[in-house]
Amino acid sequence: MHPTSRRTYLDGVRAAAPIGVAAFAFGLSFGVLARSAGMGRVAPVVMSATTFAGSAQFAVASILGAGGGLVTAIVAAVLLNLRYGPIGLSAAGAFEGPWWKRALLAQFIVDESWAIAQRDDGRFDRYLLVGAGMLLLVCWTTGTAIGAVAGDLVADPESLGLDAAFPALFLTLLWPQVRERSRLLAALGGAAIALVLMPFTGPGIPIVAASLACLVGARNGARRPS
Amino acid sequence: MSAVWISVIVVGLATVAIKAAGPLLLARHAPPPRAQAALEHLAPALLAALVVTQALGGDNGGFTVDARLAGLGAGAAALLLRAPLLVVITVAAVTAALVRLVA
Repeated sequence: MHPTSRRTYLDGVRAAAPIGVAAFAFGLSFGVLARSAGMGRVAPVVMSATTFAGSAQFAVASILGAGGGLVTAIVAAVLLNLRYGPIGLSAAGAFEGPWWKRALLAQFIVDESWAIAQRDDGRFDRYLLVGAGMLLLVCWTTGTAIGAVAGDLVADPESLGLDAAFPALFLTLLWPQVRERSRLLAALGGAAIALVLMPFTGPGIPIVAASLACLVGARNGARRPS
Repeated sequence: MSAVWISVIVVGLATVAIKAAGPLLLARHAPPPRAQAALEHLAPALLAALVVTQALGGDNGGFTVDARLAGLGAGAAALLLRAPLLVVITVAAVTAALVRLVA
């Protein structure tokens, strides 16, 4: 069956607009933190445009700023970004074309663009993913640049409650999925694995381990015709 | 080269490779049905883990209970009332901001 989609990149941009505000505000605060951690003005902006993964970037800035060492910073950031392995696997079906195009478009995967791009059938819409990722990349990188230059003029996004917008976003996008029993089980399993591991592992590992809960779906694999 | 630029380049290259891995490995052949069914359950498992870690995660691992949890609760209530996405995340953010203002 050919996946005909009437979506466009602009639909992804629109869908991501509300969370783009929060991405911009956290980009600002990353720019401020990175500069005060001694990363200068240019490196944080380059990092936002290329790494494009908030939690890992905050980890690098805070570890380098605290004198925690280069290897510690790199290991922490890579562990935090390992979740993009299973996240990329789940969305792999959305990408088509030659290898370089798939690799390039995959760079627009962040937690939020990936979450927004889910369709009702559990697959992923490339236009929503890339459109949302483009907007978030622009918001995040612009915010970083302004934060790195303007510094202390910027309000703390946590005082605006913007850190609470992210779990609310993921819950909203999870909601329609859990009406199906096996997906509810996967969600409960993923949440349980994360909760159990959080006190014992560094950040990053609980999310990667939570992906094991997808195995509940393998039991009824023959059910869904493709 | 400074530690800052080494970390920017190494973390950047690693992240590019991790993000590209799934779409590069899986795009040639459709996986067998069981694997495909498991893949389709990755999203709810990962989303639920993201809800938990983003609402409760501390800066250096472990749990931190703060205004985010109140914000998430208010957002969940809005969700039960069938509010759209924009309303849900606004309710969550405003609630967390108010809790911080009062606390």
